[in-house]
Amino acid sequence: MPTVAVMIKQVPDTNAKISVQGGRVDLSSVKMEMSPYDVFAVETALRHKEASGGSVTAITVGGAGSEKILKDAKAMGVDNIVRVWDDSWGELDSNGLQSVLKQAIEALGVDVVYCGKSAADTGAGSTGPGLAERLGWSNASNIIGAEFGDAVIVSMPVEAGVAKISVPLPAVISCDKGDVKPRKANVKGIMMAKKAQVELMTATAPSSTVAIANHSMPAAKPAGKTFEGGSSASQVVQLLRDEANVI
Amino acid sequence: MTNKIVIAELTKGTINPATAELVSAAQSMGGEITVVVPCTDATTADAAASYDGVAKVIAVKSEVFAGNDSSGWASALDSAIPNGTVLCLATARSKDVASRLAARRGLSIVQDVVSIEGSNLTSPIYSGKANQTVTANGDVVLTVRANVFNAVGSGSSNDVSVVDASGDVKTAVQEVMQRASARLDVSEANIIISGGRGMGSPANFTHLEAVADTIGAAVGASRAAVDTWEEIPHSMQVGQTGKTVNPNLYIAVGISGAIQHLAGMRSSKYIVAINKDADAPIFQHADYGIVATWEEALPVLQDSFSTLLG
Repeated sequence: MPTVAVMIKQVPDTNAKISVQGGRVDLSSVKMEMSPYDVFAVETALRHKEASGGSVTAITVGGAGSEKILKDAKAMGVDNIVRVWDDSWGELDSNGLQSVLKQAIEALGVDVVYCGKSAADTGAGSTGPGLAERLGWSNASNIIGAEFGDAVIVSMPVEAGVAKISVPLPAVISCDKGDVKPRKANVKGIMMAKKAQVELMTATAPSSTVAIANHSMPAAKPAGKTFEGGSSASQVVQLLRDEANVI
Repeated sequence: MTNKIVIAELTKGTINPATAELVSAAQSMGGEITVVVPCTDATTADAAASYDGVAKVIAVKSEVFAGNDSSGWASALDSAIPNGTVLCLATARSKDVASRLAARRGLSIVQDVVSIEGSNLTSPIYSGKANQTVTANGDVVLTVRANVFNAVGSGSSNDVSVVDASGDVKTAVQEVMQRASARLDVSEANIIISGGRGMGSPANFTHLEAVADTIGAAVGASRAAVDTWEEIPHSMQVGQTGKTVNPNLYIAVGISGAIQHLAGMRSSKYIVAINKDADAPIFQHADYGIVATWEEALPVLQDSFSTLLG
């Protein structure tokens, strides 16, 4: 029976406005939540367990403030919740983050790791494939469906359409939205999550080679031209040719 | 100044022209530039031989590049390319391969770079609601967005050396379900026309498809449309929880302009908005706004495009 892990990350609510103060994003008044694609990863991990048995452990890397999303995952039905952290870490670069995750995954004896295709803050999508490489495992990214057996058969968009790909375990698999509807936590799940213990783990992080210099707001766009009525669409098409040069 | 390795983007077996943008991105970092062309047939690399500003072109020949396995790609490339800072195009596959390649070399990766000043690399975060600039100390792997850097010229004739490589393929394709429509995906189109809940019903998306087919555009949708109508698949969704796009032209029809949606399309070069509500937030981001119902505006738009493109 597989030991399943799912990596989740806390990010600002995707409906929130973002502002920058003193060269850094100001998140003091923004609600934090589990990154939306990670919710699909939790659902996929739970379905894997329901098909094959075993257990699901949700893992996040972060300070004590990130425990809420672990409780949210617990309320959805994961068995164990783990927070990996050391107060000396500060901002980990991808090399650091993947190194500490590798140590945690090895310590937990995991067979398959799920994660969201990218986190809604950086949008990078580096962690899944990077972790797989460090572990020497197979990976598949941006999957939109999965069937569970000795290997996981994933559906994944490729150049020509959608491919069904056999991914042998151990593996790291990143999830897009796809066809699965994530379950909602029920009252019993929420009550159990309240009482659940977060297991703390630590690891050794290599020093960073990439450091955040600053955050900034994107340059504002100059005001555009506005036209009234559907017939003005012909003028706009002409401007797209003459002024914008894109048609 | 360390070497810069540009991995050519392979699209349907040929070099994607945006590879010339990668060379120009590499130039702005300094150092000697090597273009590496992953291929199954070394003649594929000929298209890179004319790039200006390039010291070397290496065709890395391997059967793994006919497939999609990131482990196979990363291991084959790793065995054949020199050390240095590596640049790839920020497409779904290359971001995956670049992540594995970086991890394999114990390097950090910076994705979706849109601006480079020396070792300072800027990428959009929160799907473009803000930018993040990082400083790289030493070699990194970076992916660069298409449509941001100017392409280098192509008047040179560089020698192409060929290296045979093998890769560690871990996954196996069982079958590929061909895409039903010949229409482009929003993530690869230069023009996108998207509909929102203002379209009234999913059946009305046929009117967007008609315009799309006239101008060779992809059809997208807002999250509201995808969430409301089962017929509109998530693969069409543009926004922070869908696809982030930066085409030359983005036409938003019946889309009010929620923060979520704006985050995914605001970096488009030109934005046209069609909405009956003059106060819709989308108009603040549009280069050209048309205050009208889609029923009034789309037929005129379609006719005008047809006339112009003959």
